[in-house]
Amino acid sequence: MHTGSHGKNRQQPAFYALLVALVLMSVGPIVLMLANSFKLDVDIISGTSGLLFLPTIQNYETALCDILPYELDHLDYCALKFGGAFINSLIIALVSTVLTLIIGCMAAYALVRFRFMGRDTVSGTTLMVRMVPPAVLLVPVFGLWNNEFCIDKTTWLGEIIRDTFGGRGDVCLAGTHSGIILVYIAMNLPFVIWILQSFIVQVPRQLEEAARMDGAGSFQVFFKIVLPLIKPGLAAAAIFTFRIAWNEYLLASALSDRNTKTVPILIVNNMSEFNIEWGVIMATGMLLAIPPIIFTLFASRQIITGMTAGAVKG
Amino acid sequence: MSYSTINRLTPYIFLAPAVVVMAIALLYPLIYMVFGSFRAWDPSQTIGEAEFAGFANYIALWHDPNFHESLIVTLKFAFSVVSLEMLIGVGLALLLDRSLRGMSVLRTLFILPMMIAPVVVGLIWRYMYHPSIGIFNQTLESIGLGSIDWLGKHALMSVIIADIWQWTPFIFILALAALQSLPRSALEAARIDGASGWQQIIYIKLPLMMPVLIVTCLLRLIDAFKVLEVILVMTEGGPGLSTEILALRISRTATEFRELGVAAAMANYLLILLLMLTVVMLAYNKLQEIKEARIKALIKEEGI
Repeated sequence: MHTGSHGKNRQQPAFYALLVALVLMSVGPIVLMLANSFKLDVDIISGTSGLLFLPTIQNYETALCDILPYELDHLDYCALKFGGAFINSLIIALVSTVLTLIIGCMAAYALVRFRFMGRDTVSGTTLMVRMVPPAVLLVPVFGLWNNEFCIDKTTWLGEIIRDTFGGRGDVCLAGTHSGIILVYIAMNLPFVIWILQSFIVQVPRQLEEAARMDGAGSFQVFFKIVLPLIKPGLAAAAIFTFRIAWNEYLLASALSDRNTKTVPILIVNNMSEFNIEWGVIMATGMLLAIPPIIFTLFASRQIITGMTAGAVKG
Repeated sequence: MSYSTINRLTPYIFLAPAVVVMAIALLYPLIYMVFGSFRAWDPSQTIGEAEFAGFANYIALWHDPNFHESLIVTLKFAFSVVSLEMLIGVGLALLLDRSLRGMSVLRTLFILPMMIAPVVVGLIWRYMYHPSIGIFNQTLESIGLGSIDWLGKHALMSVIIADIWQWTPFIFILALAALQSLPRSALEAARIDGASGWQQIIYIKLPLMMPVLIVTCLLRLIDAFKVLEVILVMTEGGPGLSTEILALRISRTATEFRELGVAAAMANYLLILLLMLTVVMLAYNKLQEIKEARIKALIKEEGI
């Protein structure tokens, strides 16, 4: 395998064949889904496999029927509310990403500059949180969010909420966007703090001191000096947080109600039905997969850094 | 408040939101769950209303054949997935370890399966495994071989294959990174001494990669116990209990059977298992650090 130039020359075609096979294997299934999302169910079921078919965007139209501005000819009634779910998913993923970054950034800065705890404590916490499966978190979160984290209708805050938003009066965290967002922030914080720490450590202290000499307060130093310098770290952390919030199914399914369902929940619900509409569901799957795929294509280096950070010391 | 008090409080102000959020949404729920596992707890009750049951949930689970089944399936899944992925991932890393111009493109393509939603991964594989319209059976039939009952008789194997597809790149990328950061001098010396390709791999490369490989293996093992969505979409735990891994059983006990106490006890069993793995990993990391420090001290003493 590594012997001399003679052997290497003979191995070369085999080597490239292996590469091509690997690429096909890893990307193939995704391409297959992409292709199928442009096929009508008839074509998928009849098995006219391959790439010879008349592409149609009908599946995407069906999936997004509730937010499309125009009427669809092929559909009498918009049963799937994927459009609304997409908006929910977007709200939840974006808000939780932004909040996680802000909170995580502040905490990481405090930990580094004011020497609270060592990196060991934070990486230990990160690992511990990584250890907790969402299924384990599901049990208490389900109970807490439904029963304890509620605003009773008899309290003044409950009255205000009932008067302004309507509803039954007592509001629980379960079933609201903020309930799901809260869990996602908590789940992602340790990792974000940990990865941002390694970037903040590299910001030269003199720079901050110089700014402080010029009369900037701690907050100003943080926002005007530190933040712009750790942009790559923020990008990596943002991608990871967004991905987890965007892809997560289990906790969202336990905490959402009819109006706050996210896309993964609808996909799972539609998959468990007897008659699966393959084309539509693949179109939805594709829509769910597109943001992570775009991130991967543009920021694979940051992603790999984040992914390998746990094993290779950073 | 004077200026200096604000300054003194700054670190606390910066840390407070993170601490509060994690205490409310992570720490409190976990403590709550430990309490809940000792109670006969129904989703409509707060924990105070639930009746104290002692270790009843734990003991019931200990004697529950379904729980045993699920535990065995989980262990089978986790260990076969991790060992196969390590084998393939490290093997590929050894094979593809050469300077290649398009390597970054390749890596990008390889991590795609890990980035897309587990739900979508399950969806893709469920389609591909479909008995009549799936690509596997269609191909098998078109070349004259009979079809395979992927998600029926061989459900666990099919689920394992899907996980291997998704996560082998993780190990491949880590192994390749480890391989490419090996000291060139050791490999050079081995080559000059006439070590064959296999000898280099077995006596030099693998031992030197070992620290990274062990941590990777443990990380992957921890993650393998958390897999849920892919299996849920592909088989929903079936047929029977053949693919009902522990995480899936916990969520079903909590949401379908509405026995939060039992689910909490089960979750605690799983947590104890994972905690042991994590402790092994942390201990190994510490050990490695001590070893490194000792070697460094030795080098210093000898004055090199």
